[in-house]
Amino acid sequence: MGLAAAFWIMAVVVVVAALGVVFLRNVFRAALALVLCFITVAGLYITLSADFLAAVQILVYVGAISVLIILAIMMTREVQQGSPSNRMKLPAFIVAAVLLGIMIYTVTKTSWQIAAESPLTPTTAPLATKLFSESGFILPVEIAAMLILATILGAIVITREK
Amino acid sequence: MTIGLEHYLVLSAVLFCIGLYGALTKRNAVIILMCIELMLNSVNISLVAFSSYIVPLLLTGQVFAIFVMVVAAAEVAVGLAIILAIYRCFTDIDASKIDLMKW
Repeated sequence: MGLAAAFWIMAVVVVVAALGVVFLRNVFRAALALVLCFITVAGLYITLSADFLAAVQILVYVGAISVLIILAIMMTREVQQGSPSNRMKLPAFIVAAVLLGIMIYTVTKTSWQIAAESPLTPTTAPLATKLFSESGFILPVEIAAMLILATILGAIVITREK
Repeated sequence: MTIGLEHYLVLSAVLFCIGLYGALTKRNAVIILMCIELMLNSVNISLVAFSSYIVPLLLTGQVFAIFVMVVAAAEVAVGLAIILAIYRCFTDIDASKIDLMKW
């Protein structure tokens, strides 16, 4: 019961915040709505009993990515006259609405094979064994490390003053 | 009324479509990046929902969500670096005016 109430409250908040990201005129306020959206998504992870992912969501998205986005907004603030739309408003709306209709139809018509077990609750240790064990995902983890290294070097090279 | 898998999937679909609409219509490049982050988050919600409802003991969906987060962080870092470089060059980040490579 409490879980259902938490889900509905967070669902409403996350949809309103997402609409705020798209429709708010002020770019900075849109970024703040995005931060609210990230925090609420972390709450949704908790209702799905994914505690480690909720913590990672707070650390990575609310802590790092939103700071980066706000920094970019501050550095480009002379040009921000609101967030105007282009001429593709109606076609984009139609595409998004049709895609939404198709996805909701598919989701509600499919009979999912819901497992009977309740999910693992402290997920940190199982996730670590999954990620770092020999038979798990150790190769993708190494590749992700390479990707992050390349990203750091690329970002430094791109933004460096000539 | 208990919360099932469909609720999370529909919520994720709604978020994805809001992000898609924003990414297609906005002209400020930073807002476009923010909408892409929104779409990635909605995909993460559905991955975690699948993981905890269909294979609750395997956690593969959560592992996948972690990799999506890694790639999203890399994407936003490089994307904002590109936006700042473009801003330094054109003093504008309007995506409809940056058409140097347009066919």
